[in-house]
Amino acid sequence: MISDIFNLAFLTGLIGATLRMATPIIFATLGEIISERSGVLNLGIEGTMLMGAMTGFLVTLITGSQWLGVFTAAIAGILLGLLMAFLAVYLGLSQHVSGLGITLFATGLSMFIYRLKVGSPTVPPTVDPFKKVVIPVLSDIPVIGSSIFSSYLLTYIAIILIPLVSLLLYKTKVGLKIRTVGANPFAADTVGVNVNLLRTLCLMTGGALMAIGGSFLTLAHQNMFLIDVVGGRGWIAIAMTIFGNWDPVKGAAGALIFGVLDGFQLRLQALGFRIPFHIFLMIPYLITIVALVSVSRKATVPASLLKPYRREEKGS
Amino acid sequence: MTYGKEPVVEMQGITKRFLDVVANKNIDFSLFPGEICALLGENGAGKTTLMNILFGYYSCDEGKIFIKGEEVSLSSPRDAIKRGVGMIHQHFTLVPSQTVLENVIIGAEPGRWLLIDKKSAREKLIRLQKKFGLLIDPDAEVWTLSVGERQKVEILKALYRNVDILIMDEPTAVLALAEIVELFKTLKALASENRSIIFISHKLHEVMEISDRIVVLRNGEVVAERKTGETNVKELANLMVGRELLERIEKKEITPGERVLSVDDLTVLSDRGLEAVKKVSFSLHKYEILGMAGVSGNGQKELAEVLFGIREKSGGKIFIKGKELKDGNPHESIKRGIARIPEDRIDTGLLMDLSVEENLILEVHSTPAFQQRGLFNFQNIHNFSETKIREYNIKTDNRDAPTKTLSGGNLQKVILARELAGEPIVLIACQPTRGLDVGAMEYIHARLLEQRDRGCGILLISEDLDEIFLLSDRIIVIYEGRIIGEADIHQATREQIGLWMSGVEEK
Repeated sequence: MISDIFNLAFLTGLIGATLRMATPIIFATLGEIISERSGVLNLGIEGTMLMGAMTGFLVTLITGSQWLGVFTAAIAGILLGLLMAFLAVYLGLSQHVSGLGITLFATGLSMFIYRLKVGSPTVPPTVDPFKKVVIPVLSDIPVIGSSIFSSYLLTYIAIILIPLVSLLLYKTKVGLKIRTVGANPFAADTVGVNVNLLRTLCLMTGGALMAIGGSFLTLAHQNMFLIDVVGGRGWIAIAMTIFGNWDPVKGAAGALIFGVLDGFQLRLQALGFRIPFHIFLMIPYLITIVALVSVSRKATVPASLLKPYRREEKGS
Repeated sequence: MTYGKEPVVEMQGITKRFLDVVANKNIDFSLFPGEICALLGENGAGKTTLMNILFGYYSCDEGKIFIKGEEVSLSSPRDAIKRGVGMIHQHFTLVPSQTVLENVIIGAEPGRWLLIDKKSAREKLIRLQKKFGLLIDPDAEVWTLSVGERQKVEILKALYRNVDILIMDEPTAVLALAEIVELFKTLKALASENRSIIFISHKLHEVMEISDRIVVLRNGEVVAERKTGETNVKELANLMVGRELLERIEKKEITPGERVLSVDDLTVLSDRGLEAVKKVSFSLHKYEILGMAGVSGNGQKELAEVLFGIREKSGGKIFIKGKELKDGNPHESIKRGIARIPEDRIDTGLLMDLSVEENLILEVHSTPAFQQRGLFNFQNIHNFSETKIREYNIKTDNRDAPTKTLSGGNLQKVILARELAGEPIVLIACQPTRGLDVGAMEYIHARLLEQRDRGCGILLISEDLDEIFLLSDRIIVIYEGRIIGEADIHQATREQIGLWMSGVEEK
């Protein structure tokens, strides 16, 4: 049985599954990193992903266009980011409470809209999911060819986004401003950066990425919408943000590790061990916790994370 | 200084209110090219507020501002920077995790489109560094720099934006003696380039040394303006405080009594795991103020924290009245009669969101007088806090007001009231008057002397030589974690203590 686990076909399957499982988490982690680097913890992530999953699915169901679905999901994510900005940035409310509130709200709203449109049929409707995009030549390479180079377009986009977000944060003017706003908003304000506007833009961008990650779940990973389709992946992205020390490359690496574990447990399930499959489901989460414990002690949190910014007009 | 020139800044009839408090009352202020103008006043006199208005950080309720002859309306710092006004705040506006270069260029990054042109940014920075002698590695991360170096980064940040009107808010408050000398050199170099500098301070000697002209603010109003050559420290002090100051605090001669605190071969590690205090030994007696002079960051903080019970020592022993003190336990320190005035009142001394009353009973809240069977006895607590507020003349709306609404001097009074309530045997006072105005300083000093006369042994940790010489009976100097010198107050000279503080040992 052990030899079954480690043959080439298994490896190919594992790499493919890894990328598939990691894609939504990479999107969400990058979104969360952008938000947190600007100083706002967005716990609305889980709800935003579900909203994206639902919106993407419904729009695709109605129009037949998956890309229109992804696009609409991104819009929904932007709106939820805007709501988060209103609560946590402009009103200065607790980021924890605002974020959790948005997750609860978005979860309820997603269910509501889905029911409104679809009702509750015994067999849930399905859409035509994204097709895998096989890259010529490269896909002929053994093992990685049929795994890495025949993935969904969204997976390729997620991979390309990793260095792009890194570039954005570390090499661009706006990136320097984002990092400064997250570390010392007063410093940013005194050189003429509009702190709250920039934080809002980061939350909107982050929300879009989270929602796109969510839409991958109903348009590629599966082809239907279920209430538990996100299944805690938003929380995993929060963990990966910390695990990656707020760095896009390291955070995405964490998402890939999670993807490996998730892919691995799927393979194990498929091999038919006589153990309840819930045990396998637990593995990636368990290892995430262990990894967090060992890594997060050394974490350098953006210094003004969780702190709303206002000019200190005394007495007001 | 040339008064013939047109002023670069003219503020006319500036009034600013915060709710019902008038911070600036009809202030006229002007600044001339190439001059260093000191804005002198006690805390709360309205100096920083006035300058925040000039910097566009606050908007004024009434009044007009002219910069370089043109009337301006400043709605944000960006407007001010565009017109050449820069301000270096007391709390630095730097990001410790970023490099010097990144901190300097933020908001004024060169480069087309999104990307930063680091090469041309670096060239410009290095040019400025060479011109003004502000040499710091552009790629060093700011957290690795000393406070003095960080201030240089702030100055470079302003120069990078072509600021020719530079406001500096209490720039020397955090600097060591040598760094102040360097700062003054830089400021003079800037002024000789026809840039104008506003130097906010409440330190009279510094103002006399650096400025060309002095504007004195009191209670939000300009009370006087003097050319620096035509005034003196005594006149300025009286103008600033609005009354005659005590020439010198009365200090009774008392022979020290029994030994109350002794520290033997104490070694303490810093947060980074380095030896911050190295085999330090000293003793403190009843009726004695032992001044520990030294530039901040030479192990004072770690030493005090061990005595406070909030840091563990790595070697040596501490005795209170001959009995060893267990370390790493604040409760033990309190119980053994150690009163604690921490260096940082806001972060470690007080809970700013709690009420004045709650802060007053922090250390005694579980004593039988204040609680029975787990419930507070509010009658006693109210009596206690009312008494303390009256006794220490703490200016607060009422005992339930959040502590953060108090001024710096009153915050320190709350700490004093709390710490001295138990008639301590030993008082560890760390930088007890740092950042306080003259009036509050006078008050704190009087209270410390009163404790000494009562029989308390006081370890006064301070980098203010005036304070050390005013209060101490004996002086020790700490340098790089070691006691480098000791002198009786009658034999000690400022020169000698100053040399010790900069690490020069006796032959």
